[in-house]
Amino acid sequence: MAFLRRYLIPRLIQYVLVIFFGVTAVFLVPRLAPTDPIASTIAQIRSQGSYLDPATVDQFIEDLTELYGLKGSLWEQYIALWRRLFRGDLGVSFFQFPTPVIVLIGRALPWTVGLLLTTTVLGWLIGNIVGGLAGYFSRQKWSRALDVVAMVIRPLPYYIFALALLLLLGYLVRWFPIAGGASIGMRPSWTWTYVRDVLRHSFLPALSLVILGGTLWFQTMKLVVQNVNAENFVQYAKLGGVKEGKIVFRYVIRNALLPQITGLGLALGQIFSGALITEIVFSYPGLGMLLYNAVITGDYNLIMGITLLSIVAITTAILIIDLLYPLFDPRVRYR
Amino acid sequence: MKVLRDLFRDYRFAISFCVLCLLFLLAALTVVSPYDPTRWGVVPRDLKPSWEHPLGTNSKGQDVFWQGAFAIRNSLIISIIAGVVSRVIAVLVGMVAGYRGRLTDRVLMFISDSFLVIPLFLIIVMLAMLIRRLMNLVTLGLLLAVFGWAWDARLIRSQILSLREREFTQTAVLSGSGTLRLVLKEYVPFATPLVFSTLINNMSWAIGMEMTLAVLGLVDMDTPTLGTMLQWAISYQAMLLGYWWWVLTPVVLAILLFVALYWLSVSISEYLDPRTRLQRVGAQ
Repeated sequence: MAFLRRYLIPRLIQYVLVIFFGVTAVFLVPRLAPTDPIASTIAQIRSQGSYLDPATVDQFIEDLTELYGLKGSLWEQYIALWRRLFRGDLGVSFFQFPTPVIVLIGRALPWTVGLLLTTTVLGWLIGNIVGGLAGYFSRQKWSRALDVVAMVIRPLPYYIFALALLLLLGYLVRWFPIAGGASIGMRPSWTWTYVRDVLRHSFLPALSLVILGGTLWFQTMKLVVQNVNAENFVQYAKLGGVKEGKIVFRYVIRNALLPQITGLGLALGQIFSGALITEIVFSYPGLGMLLYNAVITGDYNLIMGITLLSIVAITTAILIIDLLYPLFDPRVRYR
Repeated sequence: MKVLRDLFRDYRFAISFCVLCLLFLLAALTVVSPYDPTRWGVVPRDLKPSWEHPLGTNSKGQDVFWQGAFAIRNSLIISIIAGVVSRVIAVLVGMVAGYRGRLTDRVLMFISDSFLVIPLFLIIVMLAMLIRRLMNLVTLGLLLAVFGWAWDARLIRSQILSLREREFTQTAVLSGSGTLRLVLKEYVPFATPLVFSTLINNMSWAIGMEMTLAVLGLVDMDTPTLGTMLQWAISYQAMLLGYWWWVLTPVVLAILLFVALYWLSVSISEYLDPRTRLQRVGAQ
């Protein structure tokens, strides 16, 4: 019960508070901004060359006010937003009228989650194992060589790295398709040809994500392992003649893994917003591409829907990791 | 001088320092640029690199070398505005939270925690969309500054927390120095190195962010920056048409800039950490 009161309840309160403030921020930010979304939408339609007579404009303004949830006082709008959220209603997409935002997101979500879940976990595993070994054997030549490689790859922004990979493996040697999630005209099904096609298309984006993500985990893991390695109990195990493999995997890596698990939670939460550039560079049909189109067309409801979803996803991911934490770390369990 | 000599013993510092000097020189060269970077069609289009145009020309009729110089200059301006302004916020928040403690601390840290958890990138995109018409180098820098301080405020706070417990704080308080004076005279010198190394990281975050916003077309596309330059090259299909000099210039400049900034920050923070400094400089 002490665990419940001291660990679980404060954590749940924090979770609710963060979501509350996140939603409030998404509500307030556009309303505090110096521009009027309705005016700019109308300006955009005008600039595309269509003529609007005054009566149509009035009707239009009214419709947009309704659509953007801008009816009534600030307080009424705020309450209305929460009421809609509890119903799972994120509004209607403006440029793919009248498809609800939630349907568009649902269509794009499997692509993004499939790609990012795999690559995040894969990058985490590879980075941590290689980083752990490199940290334990930090005086070896291969470990130092890996260090230099990581020092060059690490600071590169994802965009530049992905472009370089695309130029090299897509245009120059043409091993992999350069765009799309599957070949045009393929119908989704659980057949081997379709699955293989999807895998081939997602290889380049996956490779870029695994390498960049893995490098990050590699560096932190190596550093942590080097620190754990200097601790007394490791020296003691070595002097006591415990097998090296057992020391590395059972004692050193297991101890060093704890902060990395928190990191994995954060990274998994980022899935919903982190894929934007990947999907644009490789024209992959996921959430990032949806967001990109929403920004280009000024589809305000859609952007808000994706942002709200990300807030909930990230905070939930962190909450789950925090709640699972006592399983990995006995010290938290017994406190 | 001794500090510089010690720093230069690290090959990473030496290399990144030289590269950054070159890039700053390139940025400074824009003062004598023969062309206006925002105008189109000032030179023949799609020329290969030659003596007259060292890096060729692009499909918009601009000289790629001078575009690159302006791009570096503008990207640096954005990142310096973002870095410096967000440092001011981070230092203020971190110091106030760390020194005042209690409720002030809780509130400020809750705000900065929320900033870390909320998908800031999406909120920046939303804001950038709304102020698209007002977007220039300064507003973009300020926009990024507002969102780039949370983590560093935390770092500064934890340092102030440890300083507050030391004896010299008691001595200063007992000898009657005010809070402001105490913080400015006694704490700032301790926090300066930390502020500097976070400044570098924040600058490269801002440059990367600018490139991302440029992909979305949310910055002023007529001002050459690393992001807009690359975006124009891609939207004119420079890769497919084989105008490699147009694509490669911003890519190579960006790689140089990012790697140099990163190595500089790693090298400096290793030097500032007494444990690693002893290894490198040796006990003297």
